[in-house]
Amino acid sequence: MKYLDEYRDGRAAREFAGAIARVVTRPWIIMEVCGGQTHAIVKFGVDELLPKEITLLHGPGCPVCVTPVELIDKAVEIASRPKVIFTSFGDMLRVPGTSGDLLSVKASGGDVRIVYSPLDALKIARENPEKEIVFFAVGFETTAPANAMAAVQAKQMELKNFSLLVSHVLVPPAIEAILSFSDNRVQGFLAAGHVCAVMGYTEYEPIASNYHIPIVVTGFEPVDILQGIYMCVRQLEEGRATVENQYSRVVNRAGNLPAQKLMREVFRVIPRKWRGIGEIPFSGLGLGGEYKFFDAELRFDLAGRSVEEASECISGLILRGVRKPPECPAFATRCKPEHPLGATMVSSEGACAAYYRYRRFQPLSDNSIIG
Amino acid sequence: MCLAIPGKVLSITGDDPLTRTGRVSFGGTIREVNLTCVPEANVDDYVLVHVGVAISVIDEQEAEQVFEYLAEIERLSDSGDEKQ
Repeated sequence: MKYLDEYRDGRAAREFAGAIARVVTRPWIIMEVCGGQTHAIVKFGVDELLPKEITLLHGPGCPVCVTPVELIDKAVEIASRPKVIFTSFGDMLRVPGTSGDLLSVKASGGDVRIVYSPLDALKIARENPEKEIVFFAVGFETTAPANAMAAVQAKQMELKNFSLLVSHVLVPPAIEAILSFSDNRVQGFLAAGHVCAVMGYTEYEPIASNYHIPIVVTGFEPVDILQGIYMCVRQLEEGRATVENQYSRVVNRAGNLPAQKLMREVFRVIPRKWRGIGEIPFSGLGLGGEYKFFDAELRFDLAGRSVEEASECISGLILRGVRKPPECPAFATRCKPEHPLGATMVSSEGACAAYYRYRRFQPLSDNSIIG
Repeated sequence: MCLAIPGKVLSITGDDPLTRTGRVSFGGTIREVNLTCVPEANVDDYVLVHVGVAISVIDEQEAEQVFEYLAEIERLSDSGDEKQ
C-alpha cells in the first residue's frame, strides 16, 4: 500500500541503523511514547538493529493499558444492565476489572458489541430507540476528534438514548509526569505521530526546553522510527534539546485545527487517573457544558468511586519505562494474553503483549536489561 | 489504538461539514470515511484515517523527505562530515 510499504524498506532501515551507529559515542536511553510504535519496534525488530549504546524504553501511550480499573468496573456494570447495548473498540473487552471483563458480560448474555468507530455506535443508537446505547470512549488525542464528533452529531440528531463512558487521556502531561519521577532514566522522547497529527507539537516545545530533553515527532513504520531515533541521537550527542518533526508528511506544527475545535466544543481538561501510574493533573478529557447530557457516568449514576489495583502486576513500572516485560515474574507464566493480570498484557499495543507475541522465546540481550 | 491508515479518496459526498463523507480505498478495500476534519481534502488525495475519521491529508512532497534525509546523511558519511 502506498505510504506504508516504502517505509518498511529493509535497505533504508539498515542504512538508518548504520547511520545511528556512526554518530553514537555513548549510551542513551530513549522512550517511544506510543503503544503503536512499541508494537512496530518489537514486531519488526527495530531495537535489534540498533547499536548496543541505544536502549529503547516503552512508554505509557496505550489507552487500553492506562484506563483505570474503576472505569472497567463501571463499563461492566453498565453493560450488565437490561436494555443496554454497550459498544466498544475490541481491545477493551478483555481488560480485567475487579471482578470480570466485558467479554464475560457478553458471554453471559449482555449485549456488548465491538465497533470500528464511535460513529458506528451512533448508527446503532438510531436503529434501537428503545435501548440505551453506550460507547466506551477511550483514547488519546488521536481518537478525541472522532469521539467529539459522535457527541456533536448525537446532539444535532437529538439522540436521547446515546451516551459516552469517557476515559480520554493526554500525552504531554504524561511525559511531564515521567520526567518528574525521581527514578526517571529517559533522556529523549519519540513523540506519537498521530497524536501530533491532531494537536501539532507546540505543547512539546516548553517541555523540551524546561527539562532540556530532545523530543522528535515520529511516525509508525520501521524506517520512520529509525529516522526518529537517528534525529534524537543527533540532538543528544550535540547537546541540543528541541522538538523536531520526523513525520512531516502527516504532522504540521499547528496540528489539525478543525479537529481541535471539535475537541474544545465537547471536552474539558480534567485530572485523570492512569492505571499503574496514579492521578495526573490536567491529563484527561471529560465531557463539558451541554455535552454532559451524554455522560454515561452521570446517566447511570456511577460518578466517583475508586478501586485498588492488583499487587502482582508491575504494569505501572512498565508504563513508566522502569522495567521491561520479561523482568516481571508473572510474565508468560501467570500472566498471558488469554489470562492477563494487567492491561499491558491485553492490548495488542501493550508492551507485555508485544513481548509475549514476538519475544517470549528469546533470552534478554545485554542492552535490554535496565540495571 | 492510535493506529491510522493511509487511503486514497475516490469520491466525496455531503455538503454539511459535519457529515462530509468520502469513499476511501485502502489498497482496494473501500470504506466510508468522515472528512469533517480535513476540509482541504480532494478526490485523489491520500488521507490518514483513524476510527472512521480522516485526521490528516498526506503531503506528497514531505513523504519523500525521509529518503532525501537518508541520502543526505549517507552523502555526509561518505565525505566524512556526519559528526560535524
